[in-house]
Amino acid sequence: MPITCSSCGVEKAALRRPKTGDKLCKVCFFAAFEQEVHEAILTNNLFTAGDRVAVGASGGKDSTVLAYVLSLLNQRHSYGLDLVLLSVDEGISGYRDDSLETVKRNEQQYGIPLTIVSYQQLYGWSMDQIVKQIGTRNNCTFCGVFRRQALDRGAFLVKANKVATGHNADDIAETVLLNLIRGDLPRLGRCAGISTGEDGDLPRVKPFKYTYEKEIVMYAHFKKLDYFSTECIYAPYATRGFAREFIKDLETVRPSAIADLVRAAEEFRIGPDNAEQLAQPKTCQRCGYLSSQDVCKACLLLEGLNTGNPRLGFIMLANIEGNVFKLLSL
Amino acid sequence: MVKLNLHFSGGLELLFGNQKEYSVDVPHEPPSELKVGQLLVWTRDHLLTERPELFMKDKTVRPGILVLVNDVDWELSGTLDSELVDGDNVVFISTLHGG
Repeated sequence: MPITCSSCGVEKAALRRPKTGDKLCKVCFFAAFEQEVHEAILTNNLFTAGDRVAVGASGGKDSTVLAYVLSLLNQRHSYGLDLVLLSVDEGISGYRDDSLETVKRNEQQYGIPLTIVSYQQLYGWSMDQIVKQIGTRNNCTFCGVFRRQALDRGAFLVKANKVATGHNADDIAETVLLNLIRGDLPRLGRCAGISTGEDGDLPRVKPFKYTYEKEIVMYAHFKKLDYFSTECIYAPYATRGFAREFIKDLETVRPSAIADLVRAAEEFRIGPDNAEQLAQPKTCQRCGYLSSQDVCKACLLLEGLNTGNPRLGFIMLANIEGNVFKLLSL
Repeated sequence: MVKLNLHFSGGLELLFGNQKEYSVDVPHEPPSELKVGQLLVWTRDHLLTERPELFMKDKTVRPGILVLVNDVDWELSGTLDSELVDGDNVVFISTLHGG
């Protein structure tokens, strides 16, 4: 017996929204989904007319839906944004090659110009070359550190003044949990922010901060959006750890748990004693990009690679980040 | 037998021999209807090629895998108790992959 949409009362319901429990048809779901992202953008003043926004595009579900929805809202509500797609090519043959093909199709489908920056071009090393040098034990560390900075570098290259990423509510809930477990108070207070670096040259915004992963995937499915979902060949099935698993378990029992975790971190305040521990943003002495230390993590890792002693960069990094980092690399 | 069309995506196809579409005949004795819970077990035992723990957890799909019956969220049709008849389409989408 089909259930009727609780919003329009006419069409057949197509899904149950995890956040609200509402049973909506496709059309009412699209409208609610888009409206909530629009409200998150307005309420938090994420954009200003004239902004040139680089949308971090991996070809995966989150960034594909983000590019689609931002383009749609930009037209519908006349945001006046100049949107560009920005992809990072880590140089992983057989993995990134295919996902970049997806992003190239998105460029055509959504009419947003695409720029691809590669690790090879930025750092002189592709991930394939790095893995050849160091094996597959700590390669994800290199990739993660390089990727974060690559997006900033790419954004400067395309003269964007803002970066938008597809981080969703599930991602943020997972980060909240990890920071809590690590006892990382500064990051715990910061990670639930919808934007970071507002005072700097290149703020980063997360328009999907309140958007559940389930809804992003349902939206992509019902709209038949073209996205890519194959595992990285160097870390098959390993992209998500125990925290993600735990959050998905929580969601099954109580779907609001994800939104609640995000809200808990928003309400979290750092006392004056701890506030001093918050690292002041600096610029790296070597490359000039944003860093929490005198020399940024990417430069430390590069030094190890370029001196033929990749362990070096990794050990220096471990010393900075403490035992937690070693734990994560296991 | 119940004739069904199964679709695996979002990376889940990797556990099913990298094949996204399956047309299958699932053995079933009337009078009761075949339920999705039974289909899951049959699928795991007959179509899955690797890592069953990434598809199922206890008696259901691993949390983070979405299931749609005839393009409707299975949470609206009774999840594991959703009933299946000849010609139904069942879609499994993993949300657990990078984005």
